[in-house]
Amino acid sequence: MSFAWAREYEPKTGLTKWLDEKLPLPRLVYNAVGAGYPVPRNLNYMWNFGVLAGFFLVLQIITGVILAMHYAANAEVAFATTEHIMRDVNWGWVMRYAHANGASFFFVVIYLHIFRGLFYSSYKAPREMIWLLGVVIFLLMMATAFMGYVLPWGQMSFWGAKVITGLFGAIPLVGEPLQIWLLGGYAPDNAALNRFFSLHFLLPFVIAGVVILHIWALHIPGSSNPTGVEVKSESDTVPFHPYYTAKDGFGLGLILIIFSIFVFYMPNALGHPDNYIEANPLSTPALIVPEWYFYPFYAILRAFTMDFILPAKLWGVIAMFSSILLWFFLPWLDRSPVRSGHYRPMFRKFFWFGLIPCMALLFYLGGRPAEEPYVMLSQLATAYYFLHFLVILPIISMVERPEPLHYSITEAVLGSDKKAVLGENAEPAV
Amino acid sequence: MAETTGTATPDMVADGGEDGVRRRDFINIAAVGAAGVGGVAVLLPLISQMAPSADVLAESSTEVDVSAIEPGQAIKAVFRKQPLFVKRLTPAEIEAANATPTGSLRDAESLADRTKAGHEDILVTMGVCTHLGCVPLGAAEGELKGEYGGYFCPCHGSHYDTAGRIRKGPAPTNLEVPEYEFLSDTVIQVG
Repeated sequence: MSFAWAREYEPKTGLTKWLDEKLPLPRLVYNAVGAGYPVPRNLNYMWNFGVLAGFFLVLQIITGVILAMHYAANAEVAFATTEHIMRDVNWGWVMRYAHANGASFFFVVIYLHIFRGLFYSSYKAPREMIWLLGVVIFLLMMATAFMGYVLPWGQMSFWGAKVITGLFGAIPLVGEPLQIWLLGGYAPDNAALNRFFSLHFLLPFVIAGVVILHIWALHIPGSSNPTGVEVKSESDTVPFHPYYTAKDGFGLGLILIIFSIFVFYMPNALGHPDNYIEANPLSTPALIVPEWYFYPFYAILRAFTMDFILPAKLWGVIAMFSSILLWFFLPWLDRSPVRSGHYRPMFRKFFWFGLIPCMALLFYLGGRPAEEPYVMLSQLATAYYFLHFLVILPIISMVERPEPLHYSITEAVLGSDKKAVLGENAEPAV
Repeated sequence: MAETTGTATPDMVADGGEDGVRRRDFINIAAVGAAGVGGVAVLLPLISQMAPSADVLAESSTEVDVSAIEPGQAIKAVFRKQPLFVKRLTPAEIEAANATPTGSLRDAESLADRTKAGHEDILVTMGVCTHLGCVPLGAAEGELKGEYGGYFCPCHGSHYDTAGRIRKGPAPTNLEVPEYEFLSDTVIQVG
């Protein structure tokens, strides 16, 4: 859908006229990201990260397909073919480092994308479906990244595979058969490595499919914006192209500079050195930790140390999965009719002084050893995390008195300029 | 010419019961049912191909020579692609294990339950933490043995005592003792 004032696509050349009658693909693009798609004029830089996530998905697919041309998914040679890529394949080192750091950057932009949505309540009606599809994408990304990390068959790969499939082993009754089915054996071995390779290749294309649905769902109500006030008139919007293609392009340039610094000057900064040791099924590294982007959920998993009705192990698994699954219910937990955190004084306090420090702490604790005081801090942070979404958010959305909203996006941008706000000096539409 | 027009009444429809269920509705159920069975039959091989293959299932037992293990030492062997700890306990470790009342344990087993009669000093366990499957430290020399002098799992901080019993941390049960027997005084067969 689009707003009534969206520009109409007009094919000009003979070829585009011919095409428009047969398969109107250029029209589709024009109406999706071209001048035919009006977007709120006040989007800030937090609205960059969707496009950036799309870029990193494409980067991962391209570098991934290239790496698969030189990698062999066999426990005997997997580690060696990875080194072969690093040493012998033309530009192989840059492909591997771009793919490995690309995963980290993908998660950086996705976390910023998610927390943008949390602050501006982009999950609220009429945008619930966009949010739900986004959570599906996030789950798929985590599964994909996990299986990708197993492929080099280093120590972290092997023990990560063992621990993560072990999570399923905690499920009563079906757990152990399920784990053996996932691994194709009793411990990670060739069978596991082979299928993880196959699925690591498949899932990004599933992600791409869900991304198409995500964008489709977004284009029905259109983008939310920092005020949370819906678009009222033409003066509230600008066409996506060239205004936001240029702004997104600028943001992309900035992040590519940072990405290049990582790939070329500190390619191993975000990795774990133990993954440069070949997998040894007889010895677990002293401190095994997942990749940094799994830290918060890993900290939640480890926070449960006491049996209470169910075994502690099962509690940890339930808590870890539900910490993400509860996002599916977020549109119905936050009942406040006001979207943007800018106009919600109580929500704002709990967001900046509750959720954000809590997440930062979980990120930190997931990488620390399972010792005191880290375990106790994980327990506190985990408790706050669930409390925030399940108790605090529903309550503040009922008791909070929001600040007065702007009348329109234009008013929020131009303030007291009455003429501009009322559209008196706008040119009449022709 | 046969009469081709007219109004059908319920009693003209074969088996037209009062609830409106007709015999031809059964065709629908049978067709969808057959397609469902076919679908499941296709799905089963697609799922079970991921279960352990014949070569993985055809794993034999392992023999371990325990004669060279000195008291206080442990060795790691491989059993079904997983580490197996074979440890010869010192008298002090046996005493520590026996001094713990079994009633106070999360997974109540005495040292005698976990070893073979006449070989109470040989402790054979899987080197697989019962939490999420890491290999606990403590078998090799110089490794951390945890707060109870046995094994310590670095992944999530489970502590096992000198009899390989869970004492602290997230692991739910003691280190598994696999099926094994003494073929002679110095050789055990696992599996």
